[in-house]
Amino acid sequence: MNEKVMRNQRKWQTIIFATIIIVLTYLSSDITNFNIIHGIATLPNAFTWIVSNLFITQETLERLPKILEKLAETILMSIAATTTATVFSLFLGLMGSKTTGTSNLLGAFARFIASVARNIPVVAWALILLLSFGQNSVTGYLALFVGSLGFLTRAFIESIDEASQSAVEALRATGATYFQIVYKAVIPQCLPQMISWILFMIETNIRSATLVGILTGTGIGYSFDLYYKTLNYHAVALVTLSIVISVIMLELISNHIRKVIL
Amino acid sequence: MSLLKVEKLGKSYNADAKVLNDVSFEVEAGEFVSIIGPSGAGKSTLLRCINRMVEIDEGKVIFDGNDVGSLNKKELRKMRTNIGMIFQHYNLVPRLSVIENVLHGRFGYKTTVQGILGKFTEDEKEQAFYLLKKLGIEEHAYKRCDQLSGGQQQRVGIARSLIQEPKIVLCDEPIASLDPNASKVIMDYLKSITMELNITCIVNLHQVEIARSYSDRIIGLSKGGIVFDGPSYRLSTDSTDLIYGTKTVEKRQLVTV
Amino acid sequence: MEVTSTPIYIRKKSNGRISIKSGNKVERVMKATGIVLFGLTILAFMSFNYSGLDLTKAISETAYNLKTMFLEPALSHFTWGEAFYQVGITLGLAFLSTILGAVIAFFLALMAATNLSNKWISKTVRILVAFVRAVPTVLWVLIFAIAAGLGSEAAVLGMLFHSIAYLVKAFSEAFEEVDKGILEALTATGANWWHTVTHAILPSTFTYLLSWTFLRFEINFSVAVAMGAAAGAGGIGFELFMASGFYFDMREVGLITYMILILAIVLELTSTRLKSRYFPATSVK
Repeated sequence: MNEKVMRNQRKWQTIIFATIIIVLTYLSSDITNFNIIHGIATLPNAFTWIVSNLFITQETLERLPKILEKLAETILMSIAATTTATVFSLFLGLMGSKTTGTSNLLGAFARFIASVARNIPVVAWALILLLSFGQNSVTGYLALFVGSLGFLTRAFIESIDEASQSAVEALRATGATYFQIVYKAVIPQCLPQMISWILFMIETNIRSATLVGILTGTGIGYSFDLYYKTLNYHAVALVTLSIVISVIMLELISNHIRKVIL
Repeated sequence: MSLLKVEKLGKSYNADAKVLNDVSFEVEAGEFVSIIGPSGAGKSTLLRCINRMVEIDEGKVIFDGNDVGSLNKKELRKMRTNIGMIFQHYNLVPRLSVIENVLHGRFGYKTTVQGILGKFTEDEKEQAFYLLKKLGIEEHAYKRCDQLSGGQQQRVGIARSLIQEPKIVLCDEPIASLDPNASKVIMDYLKSITMELNITCIVNLHQVEIARSYSDRIIGLSKGGIVFDGPSYRLSTDSTDLIYGTKTVEKRQLVTV
Repeated sequence: MEVTSTPIYIRKKSNGRISIKSGNKVERVMKATGIVLFGLTILAFMSFNYSGLDLTKAISETAYNLKTMFLEPALSHFTWGEAFYQVGITLGLAFLSTILGAVIAFFLALMAATNLSNKWISKTVRILVAFVRAVPTVLWVLIFAIAAGLGSEAAVLGMLFHSIAYLVKAFSEAFEEVDKGILEALTATGANWWHTVTHAILPSTFTYLLSWTFLRFEINFSVAVAMGAAAGAGGIGFELFMASGFYFDMREVGLITYMILILAIVLELTSTRLKSRYFPATSVK
C-alpha cells in the first residue's frame, strides 16, 4: 500500500518535472523566435556549406606565419592572466578558507571579490575595460585576469578546505608562525590540486581569449574576425584549426602532468 | 618547584557540558605519567590545555614557571618550543619527505622567513638524521611520509617532537591507531628516549595494561575529573572500575594516594 | 636491532650541504611546470603590444567608469520591461541549447561510455567530442551564422555544439561509474541493452545528469551573454555591447551588469546546492 503511494508520487513528480521542462522549452523558443523544425532543417545545408567552404587551400597556408604569431600572442596572454591571477587568488583563497582564514570579515571580503569577479562574464569585463584601455593586449589580459581571479579563488578555497587539518595542528604545537604553517603544512598538501586548477584555467582562458580578442581586436580572435568579415573562409578554417590543435595539445600536456602529480 | 602544575583547571566547549572540571595535579621533571580514562573523559582536552592548543576557561596551568593562560602570542610560541607533541594520527604533512617533517619541529626557533625558505643549519639536519637513526628509520629519510607504515610515521612524529629539544612531551593516544607490535615498538622508544634525555612525558592512553607497565605514575580521568592519581603499582581493579565505570559505584570519591 | 651507524643515508647537494627534499618525480614535474609557466608569463609581458596605452590615465578612467557603473546605475535607452524581455531572450537561448544539448548528449554518451558501447564507437565519439570542444563557442556561433543564416538558430546551434561536447564527457564518465555488478545482474536475467539503460543506467545516474545539466545551464547563461555581445545573437549581451560600445552610457552598462550579476549568482547558488546534494566529491569542471 505504502509502496504504491510512493510509486504514484514518483510518477506524479516525473510528470510535473517533464511538464515544466516542456513549458520552459516552449517559452524559450517563443521568446527567442527559435523554430526547432527550422533549426533541424537548416542543419544539412549548414553542413554542406561547412564542408564546401571551410577547407584550407595552398594559398591560405601562406598566411600561416601571421596566424601563428597571433595564436602565440593569445596563448601567452592566457597564461599570463592565469599565472598572475594565481598569485592574488592564493592570498584571497587563504583569507577565504575556513582552515587558514584569520578573520570572518576578511574571509567574507575575499569570497565577495571572488563572486563578483566570477559572475560578471568575461565579455562584460572586456567591454568595460575596452573603453579606457583601448584596443590592445592589456585589455584582454585584464579581462581574463579578473575572470581567472574569481574562478581560481573559489577553487583554491575548496582545495584548502579539503586539506587535512592534522598537520596544521602539529605545526601549531611546535610554535610555528602562521605563514610557516601555511607554507609548510597547507600548501604542500593542496599544491597538486592547485596546479591542476591552474592548467584547467589556462585551457578555458585560451577559448575565452578568442572571444575577448574579437571584441578588443587582439590575438587570434582578431584574425578570425578579420577573415570572417572579409569572407575569406579558407583562412577562417585555418584559424579555427590552429586553435583546435593548440587547445587539444594543451589538454594532452595538462592531462599528462595531472596523471603524474595527482 | 615542579615542572608542570595544573590548578583547578576547567574547560567547556558549550554551556551545557563541562569537559574538564576542577582538575589539579603536578608533574616533576623526568616523570613518565600516563593519563587513562574512557573516550570522552577529557584526556585530549587536558593535554591540549597544557600547551594551550585549546583556550583555558578556568584555573591555571603553570609550566616551567610561566602561567600558560596569560602568555601573549609571541611568548606562547616560545613556550611551545619547549613542549613536544605526538598525535594519534601522527599529523605529518603527507607529501613531504620524512626529513622535512622532522625539521618542522625547528620552526618555533626560526623567523617566519627562515621557516618559509626552509633554511635549516647543517647542525639541525645532522641532529635530525641522528634522531632518525636512533628511532631506526634513517633509511627512510628521503621517502614521502605517506609511503611509510603507521608505526614508522609515528616514529617520524616522535623525531619531530624531539628535535624541538623539549622539556616535556605530550602524547595524545600515540598508539591508538597501531597494531600491538608497532604499539610496543613506539612505547619502548618513548620510554627509553625520554629516560635517556631526561624529558618529562605525559601519555594519554586507554589501555590500562600498557599504562601500568610503562609509566611511573597514572592519572585516572573520568567525566572530566581526576578519580585516581598515584604510582602505577597502586592502581587496583577497584580504581580501574571507577575510571571506566565498569562497576556501578555508589558515591564518586577521589582516590588520592 | 639498530641499523649500523653509517652516514650513507645522508644525501648531499652539490654545494656539500645536506639535502632535505625527496626529489621524486612528482616534485620535479611540479617544479618544472612552475618554472615553465613563470618563464612564459615573463615572455608574455615582454611581447604584449602596448601601443596607444596610457596606463595611469586608463586606470583612473576605469576607476571612474566602475564608480559610475556600480553607484549610479540607470536605464536610458530602453525600459525596464524591455530589459527583462532581453534577459528572457538570453535565458531562453541558454535554456534551449542546454536542454537540447542534454538530450542529444545523453544518447551520444551512451555510445561513448566504454561499459555500454563497443570500443570503436566509443573512441570515435570521444575524438569527435574532443574536437568540437576545442573550438571556442563563439566560432561555432559565427560559423553557423553564415552556414545557417543569422538569427536565433545560429546562436542556439552554435551553443548547442559546445554544450553537447561538454555534457557527453560528463555523462559518459557518470555512466562508466555505474556498478558493474548491476549491469551484469540485468544481463544475466536476459534484459536487452535498452532495458539495461532505462532500468539500471538512467535511475542510478539521473541525479548526476541533472546536476551536470544545470551546471551547463549556468555556463550557457554567461555564454549566451557573450554571444549577444560578440556574435550579435541578441539578448541582454547585445544591449550591453550597445550601451558600452555605441552609447558609452556607463549607467546603463552598470544596470545591465547588475542584472547579469544577480542572475549569475542565483544560478551559481542553485547549482552549488544541487552539486553538494548529489555529488559532493567531484570537481567543478
